[in-house]
Amino acid sequence: MFESPTIAEFVTQSNLASTLPGTLLVAWTLLLVLVDLFAGDEREHWTPLGACLGLGVSFVANLFVYAPAADQQTALYGMFIADAFTGFLNIVILVATLLAVLMSRDYLMRAGIHRGEYYILTLLSSAGAMFMVAANDLIVVFVALELLSIPLYILAAFRSIKNDGGELALKSEESGMKYFILGAFSSAFLVFGAALVYGASGTTNIPQILEVAPAVVDAASSATFYLVVGTALLIVGLGFKVAVVPFHMWTPDVYEGAPTPVTALMSVTAKIGGFAALLRILVTALSVLLLVDGGVAAWQTTISIIAALTLVLGNFVAISQRNLKRMLAYSSIAHAGYIMVALAAAGTAGSADSATQGALVYILAYMFTNLGAFAVVMTIERVDGGGGNIDDITGLARSRPLLAMAMTIFMLSLTGIPLTAGFVGKFMVFAAAVQAGLVGLAVIGVLTSVVSAFYYMRVVVNMYLRDSSGELLPALETVYVRWAINIALAGTLIFGIFYPLASNLVSMVSIA
Amino acid sequence: MVPLWMYLAVAAALFSLGVFGALSRRNAVAVLMSVELMLNAVNINLVAFWRYSETSTDLLLNGYAFTAFVLIVAAAEAAVGLAIIITVYRNRRSVIPEEAAALKG
Amino acid sequence: MNVLNEWAFIGMFAVLAPIFPALPIVIAWLFRPRKPNVLKSSTYECGVETIGDTWVQFRVQYYIYGLIFLVFDVEMVFLFPWAAAYNEMSLFGFVAGFLFIFLLTDALFYAWQKNALEWK
Repeated sequence: MFESPTIAEFVTQSNLASTLPGTLLVAWTLLLVLVDLFAGDEREHWTPLGACLGLGVSFVANLFVYAPAADQQTALYGMFIADAFTGFLNIVILVATLLAVLMSRDYLMRAGIHRGEYYILTLLSSAGAMFMVAANDLIVVFVALELLSIPLYILAAFRSIKNDGGELALKSEESGMKYFILGAFSSAFLVFGAALVYGASGTTNIPQILEVAPAVVDAASSATFYLVVGTALLIVGLGFKVAVVPFHMWTPDVYEGAPTPVTALMSVTAKIGGFAALLRILVTALSVLLLVDGGVAAWQTTISIIAALTLVLGNFVAISQRNLKRMLAYSSIAHAGYIMVALAAAGTAGSADSATQGALVYILAYMFTNLGAFAVVMTIERVDGGGGNIDDITGLARSRPLLAMAMTIFMLSLTGIPLTAGFVGKFMVFAAAVQAGLVGLAVIGVLTSVVSAFYYMRVVVNMYLRDSSGELLPALETVYVRWAINIALAGTLIFGIFYPLASNLVSMVSIA
Repeated sequence: MVPLWMYLAVAAALFSLGVFGALSRRNAVAVLMSVELMLNAVNINLVAFWRYSETSTDLLLNGYAFTAFVLIVAAAEAAVGLAIIITVYRNRRSVIPEEAAALKG
Repeated sequence: MNVLNEWAFIGMFAVLAPIFPALPIVIAWLFRPRKPNVLKSSTYECGVETIGDTWVQFRVQYYIYGLIFLVFDVEMVFLFPWAAAYNEMSLFGFVAGFLFIFLLTDALFYAWQKNALEWK
């Protein structure tokens, strides 16, 4: 049927080189499985080191992928795409994974779990996220999403600790079960939507959907109906993954119950994967076809309503939370809302690029800040998983001044105060929203940011102003988690103070 | 030939049954079964769309390949999910999320 | 009209299919001799009566076997078309198939080393 090509022809035709960041990471992880099997008692040291090295290898390979939109390349016969969007998000995912691995090293040591599988699952999940941001085909979106999610289900269930009374103190297994059930449920919606879009357009390739779609819409036949329902189901499926209202119910429970480094990882990589797929599908594949009069995509209203609901609910419910991990869970819902604002702005013709760039800068800032905040929460947590309440950090400024200062900067960045990365991200997102004509949404965003200052600042006030009533907090952290906090802090400040840096990094990005 | 919409109607009915089951059942294993029902509805859809599509040839097996991937991923998901559910059961003697959960919604 | 014809086939099947297995049973029931005794009407005529409740929990090893079997069994979905198209395949398909088999072997090796395949 085919002329059999030589190996060299095969490598060039399929353009394997542009998939290297993800494939190298997977290959490295498989090697790490074997290393871990034979490392014996030494695995405690070798496996995390190997994981960090693998991330480094993938990082170097990724630098070659980073190319402006004009030079974008597809790989494996159009299944993958390598452009600046992919390159940038790959870097964010790799840095996030590195921070999570550093935190995990500390966490596993403290909990007395010596299991190499933990790092292997972490790397596999990140590889899934990297495939997802590079996906150029609905099949790849689905398979990559599962590669991202399935290891996270296991990681979320990794550890349950019994306290003295024999009761479970940390509800890790239940958190894993809940995450699994909701995750599987949402995947089914996603893939049903993908099937309908495929039925309407006759192809699963995202650029080809873009070509076929205008004709499908003009025909106003049953295919148009499949396309609209399919798009709606895709939004529902991915909405569960990125945790936007009304698909957010699972988030606080899962985030609270899972081991803290896993919570930190999934609050970043799962959202990146979900938003990358949403941007690619809605902006690349379905922007032109759903354009109604005025140059606005038909899905813009839906996304705007979801964004507004997410902002309001996430920020207001976070106020009443006493547990820091739960508070950060609702805060992460709220931050998904800000990225949704950028997504809605991308629905206006002509502002797709600026909105996408805004979303990417926001994701970068959120990654550094959120991982940093979770790392601080982890250092003050007790070994049994308790001690993460807002009262437990009272007087932290006196016992651990540097840690308190780092936490303060993370909280300022999450609020979006100038000179932090969070401000740059929020500024770019709101600017894009105003440019796209979504002034109302931008106003809601600014107002809810003011509301968010209330609960973020309460953490700072607790650390600095209130007297510490209890004992001084013991220094639990090791050098690993300290490095994680340092890196997160450096990222938050560098991208905040030198604010053109982030926008320069994403200036090449264009996905429309 | 049986028209396309009949296949789609069957698939939509199965999918809705799955959604209903997943939402109304409290037992985690029953929820997992309902999710599998939803995924199989997707498979019916994909194969029907592929068979009826104008571009379907011997070479363009998009929908067909998609079905294979959905099957495999569903199996992997079920394996991991059952393993988690068994672990929860061993510690709790219950696989009903609300009863098992000390986590409050 | 065409559609109706196809449905008629299904209808005929639906009527005829139950008759075929039911007919021999009915015939046998009509002509068989009736001499019941205690041993004959017991649940297991040539087996052992169970002791205690049969709804016991299986050992965990059974689930691990089951899960490993499930995954490897379903992976055959990929290998079957690969084997069927083997003679007409491009190098791409050949390499992809081997890569897939390698991944499966890697996973099996892992399970083996973790003693998941031993019945203890």
